[in-house]
Amino acid sequence: MASLSASPPGRAPASRWFNRRGVRRAFWQAVLALAVLAALAWLVGNVRQNLPRMGIQFGFDFLAQPAGFEVGENLIGFEPGQSIFRAYLAGMVNTIHVAVLGIILSTILAMLLALARLSPNWLLSRLAWAYVELFRNTPLLLQLLFLHITFAQVLPAPRLAWSPLPGVFLSNRGFMLPSLVVEPAHIWAAAAFGLGLVGTWWLQRRARRIQEATGIRPATGWGTAALLAGLPVAVFVAGGAPFALDLPVLGGFNFRGGHTMSPEFASILFGLVFYSAAFMAETMRAGILGVRRGQIDAAQSLGLGRLLTLRLVVMPQAMRIIVPPLTSQYLSLTKSSSLAVAVGYPDLMRVYTVVSADTGRPIECIAVVVAVYLTLSLLTALLMNAYNRRIALVER
Amino acid sequence: MTILAPVSPLGWPARAGRWVWRNLFGGVANTAVTLLILWLLVESVPGMVRWLVVDALWAPATAEQCLQGAGACWAFLQAKYRLILFGPYPYEEQWRPALAMLLFFAMVAATCFPHAFRLAARPRRLLGGWFATVALIAWLLRGGASLEPVEVRLWGGLPLTLILSVVGAFCAFWLAILLALGRRSAMPVVRWLSVAYIELIRGVPLIGLLFMAIVLFPLIVPPGVDVDKLARAQIAFILFFAAYMAEAIRGGLQAIPAGQYEAAAALGLGYWRTMRLVVLPQALRVVIPALVNIFIGAFKDTSLVLIIAMFDLLGSANAAKSDSTWWGLYVEAYLFVASIYLVFCALMSAYSQRLERRLGAGRG
Repeated sequence: MASLSASPPGRAPASRWFNRRGVRRAFWQAVLALAVLAALAWLVGNVRQNLPRMGIQFGFDFLAQPAGFEVGENLIGFEPGQSIFRAYLAGMVNTIHVAVLGIILSTILAMLLALARLSPNWLLSRLAWAYVELFRNTPLLLQLLFLHITFAQVLPAPRLAWSPLPGVFLSNRGFMLPSLVVEPAHIWAAAAFGLGLVGTWWLQRRARRIQEATGIRPATGWGTAALLAGLPVAVFVAGGAPFALDLPVLGGFNFRGGHTMSPEFASILFGLVFYSAAFMAETMRAGILGVRRGQIDAAQSLGLGRLLTLRLVVMPQAMRIIVPPLTSQYLSLTKSSSLAVAVGYPDLMRVYTVVSADTGRPIECIAVVVAVYLTLSLLTALLMNAYNRRIALVER
Repeated sequence: MTILAPVSPLGWPARAGRWVWRNLFGGVANTAVTLLILWLLVESVPGMVRWLVVDALWAPATAEQCLQGAGACWAFLQAKYRLILFGPYPYEEQWRPALAMLLFFAMVAATCFPHAFRLAARPRRLLGGWFATVALIAWLLRGGASLEPVEVRLWGGLPLTLILSVVGAFCAFWLAILLALGRRSAMPVVRWLSVAYIELIRGVPLIGLLFMAIVLFPLIVPPGVDVDKLARAQIAFILFFAAYMAEAIRGGLQAIPAGQYEAAAALGLGYWRTMRLVVLPQALRVVIPALVNIFIGAFKDTSLVLIIAMFDLLGSANAAKSDSTWWGLYVEAYLFVASIYLVFCALMSAYSQRLERRLGAGRG
């Protein structure tokens, strides 16, 4: 019966040194790393051959040179003659301006759309469905171009401007809106509101601690109202309650005063908001529908009312589903704002095209743009991931 | 045994009435919303119908008549629809891209509904059909061999949109599988490279990548090599979509339980055979709907080539509306193109939802 015994005779040792997993892994990783390096070296070599042939210099010194162009509308007061670096900065601030406003407005619109989609009213939910399908299934660029032509060419000249509300004028020079004449009292009131927020946060935390210790939650409603509404209003009234609107007035060929939203800014902002809101609305709807029916039944059998069920049971669970996809939608809105280049709003990408044509430094110019977008994307992702960690389900 | 739905004792008018009552007029707020929407519809729909149909102008109408008229100018579309659909492709030869698209749609239909075409059990025949079709389409578009040759820079319209998105998604898919596997690899160098690629691409807007493809491409290839614009844009799309598809596929890979890997290892399968025979077939099945959604995005995003002066569907519509004889008519052109995009995307997303339901049912 010796033939049944364990190891077959005359077989080589189970593994040679080059068959060991660690060695093989190290080998393939070295091969891949070398291949990538070789490819990069080849590309850099090509660039070094091509640059002198095409008469292109390399270096970032051009950022300090004066810019020979304008950056249409910008928030930092850029003027021709200032450095190209400042022109980039102006473009970046414009990009952030559009992205932040876009994110806020599209979130609000998406919430309304999601609620409409979930409404028991058949007409309302069908209407929201039609909106979502129409805006999701056509290219953003098409919507942007359409809006831009409408705002810049079809709206009447300032003389014949269309005024849907008193003090608001829509014309082919842009949207003229009344603006608030800012007085110190307004700033004080805003500061008081900020203080109120901090106070509310402290109040809620104290209430939770008392609830955890004793089981009885002290009433916080009046305190919150006093902090959030009472305090700012009191400060505002104490400051003399100044309230003056700067209304746009037709003078000559255009409006003066008030706040002007250019057709370019309006088309990129509203285009982004209309388009992104359709996607966000679907995300939010899926999140709310993703909360199990049993959770709502359980909450109601505990005696929670409709609002409390929504606030304490449905929303915290829905947010867990909603936040990760919403993050990527915020990111994609930020990146899509680069389509401003198609409607002529001077965002970062538009400044890039002008600078690139102006200086003839293709590589450096695009490198600046890529660096800025990467930083913005990573920052947004970090913020949203931190928020996601806070609300994520804690499992043991 | 069939299970019958409980039969309501009421007749259909009463049931319809109850439905209307419940869904439109139950409660004060509900009624108010219904009335508000009805009022809005009454205000807007007749005007739209008048513009679209009643006051619309057809063929013999000229641009002047259209600009003075109160309705849509379909005469403009009648004059321009071939420019919009085929871009700068030579007018006499436009039957070729039209035929190519028909062939393509026929193959898509056969692939999506294999049962209807008796192809479900014959994947090889389907694959062979695709090879033949692609060759035929390339011949039709390029010309040569008894057909008038047409330069690539003259390709445009819907065929260009389809080429950019379909070829882009197809090539990106294979790259994406490698990237997704790389991101989950046990080898740190492979993992870092994959992560770096995916995050770099996803952090940059598509239009930035297209600018790079146009401006930087001549700089990074050896002197003397020239690549046409279509190929450059195509490469940019492939590199871009691959990063997004890789993330979707990674989601599918994460859904495969560790037991599957262990079972494959117990059978003595190596890494590549484990992936090809066990892991990927399951993972890809799960992510088909996500991939279709990415494809829908890709289909819409190809319109960005308009910015680098290529005439895809949207670019051609833009060119048609800039014609000085028909100056000022843009709604019709955009409406026409928007409805094409809408139909394509809606069909694809309906198909993706069908797949999702069927895959979901199969998993139970």
